[in-house]
Amino acid sequence: MHEAPSSEELLGSVIGFLNQVAAPQLSGQAAFHARVAANALALIEREMAHKPAADARAQALYAALLADLTSPLEALNQQICAQIRDGCLSYKDPALLAALREVTLAQLAIDQPTYSGLLP
Amino acid sequence: MTALVAPLTRLMQIRFGPSAEVHAMTRLSGGASQETWGFNLHVSGQSPRALILRRAPFESSAKGEAIGLVKEAQIIAAAAQIGTPVPEIIHVCLPEDGLGDAFIMAHVAGQTIARKILRDEEFSLARRRLAFQCGESLAKIHQVGLFHLPQDLPVSHGLDQLDRYEAIFRGFDMHRPVFELALAWLREHAPAPLPTTLVHGDFRNGNLMVNAKGLAAVLDWELAHQGDPREDLGWICVNSWRFGIRDKRVGGFGSLEELLAGYQTAGGQPFEPSDITWFQALGSFKWGIMCLIMYQAFATKADPSIERAMIGRRASEAEIDLLNLIEGRPHA
Repeated sequence: MHEAPSSEELLGSVIGFLNQVAAPQLSGQAAFHARVAANALALIEREMAHKPAADARAQALYAALLADLTSPLEALNQQICAQIRDGCLSYKDPALLAALREVTLAQLAIDQPTYSGLLP
Repeated sequence: MTALVAPLTRLMQIRFGPSAEVHAMTRLSGGASQETWGFNLHVSGQSPRALILRRAPFESSAKGEAIGLVKEAQIIAAAAQIGTPVPEIIHVCLPEDGLGDAFIMAHVAGQTIARKILRDEEFSLARRRLAFQCGESLAKIHQVGLFHLPQDLPVSHGLDQLDRYEAIFRGFDMHRPVFELALAWLREHAPAPLPTTLVHGDFRNGNLMVNAKGLAAVLDWELAHQGDPREDLGWICVNSWRFGIRDKRVGGFGSLEELLAGYQTAGGQPFEPSDITWFQALGSFKWGIMCLIMYQAFATKADPSIERAMIGRRASEAEIDLLNLIEGRPHA
């Protein structure tokens, strides 16, 4: 196995090609979609960098809320949804709000890091 | 395009005389359910006139919640009568016109792109007036007599919409705790509905034509319906339409107080900012689900474009906006 160039280097190179070479030579919808494609790759770049830590943190936060230290993240996430839906967890619970805020901010840092809603 | 020029020219000659010609026909925007075309009408002895053709593609009937072009024209005409700034309706097409479900309106000069309206120097005066003017226009829209509207115009109040968007969300089998939290909060805080009025349904940046003096025309009436007037006032406060200028709650250009002052000045009922928050939160919830609907169009291969896929990742912006509203944070 070798990693030269690395996934990150390859992604960065394709993003640069789309933004600096392809998009300026295209027009209309094609130019727009080239830039959206570059944005999609930049999102993947952020996800590769941040998702493992973000998922681990979400798992810890949900595990604490549900007092369930064994279930995997997806099962915890579904449990949180179910408990909000049946009223066991409420928007009045500061711990729930704090956990959802932290998880949502981490997701936004991947999805849309310049969104104004991220500001305190 | 060529398929449209011949019937359009024929129609213009019937309306404006045999010398009428259609020039510079250009596609301005379009999606699966409707297209907007600009063209210049040349009639001998008169200066050229810029007109707009709005139509549904031949192969599609009205999709989703869109009401169809003939009804849209009828509502625009009713809103014009009461003094709402709207494009003048020139002609509502009949089947024999050969243009499909369509109408022709005057072109209104100005800008609809929010980033320009919110940042360019030429709109600095407009920005100071825009929230008040939006309030005035909404007050007029909400005073249109219901007997002027198409009889089968859909009726939907806030809770009807919450039910509808919740059902769509459940159908996706996605597990998103913030949307669950928002549903619980919205259900618990739902205000009693107000008497039914005309509601524009998509009154926000992008659908407002703005010139140096402010609001020039309210566009895109395809989601018009009968419902709660606070829906329109809340929708333009949704943070997604502020384009980064978060401290200006109305579209990134003004305050809710200015919007409500304009509303009352033009005969609208007196509302407090707190009356609008629930509808703003409903709007953020709807926008989040709309992002997922657009992603579904990609996931089901109905629309394979990268843009449809990426908009699914905007659902998380609605989630943070909903948390900010539920917690009552400043600039929510």
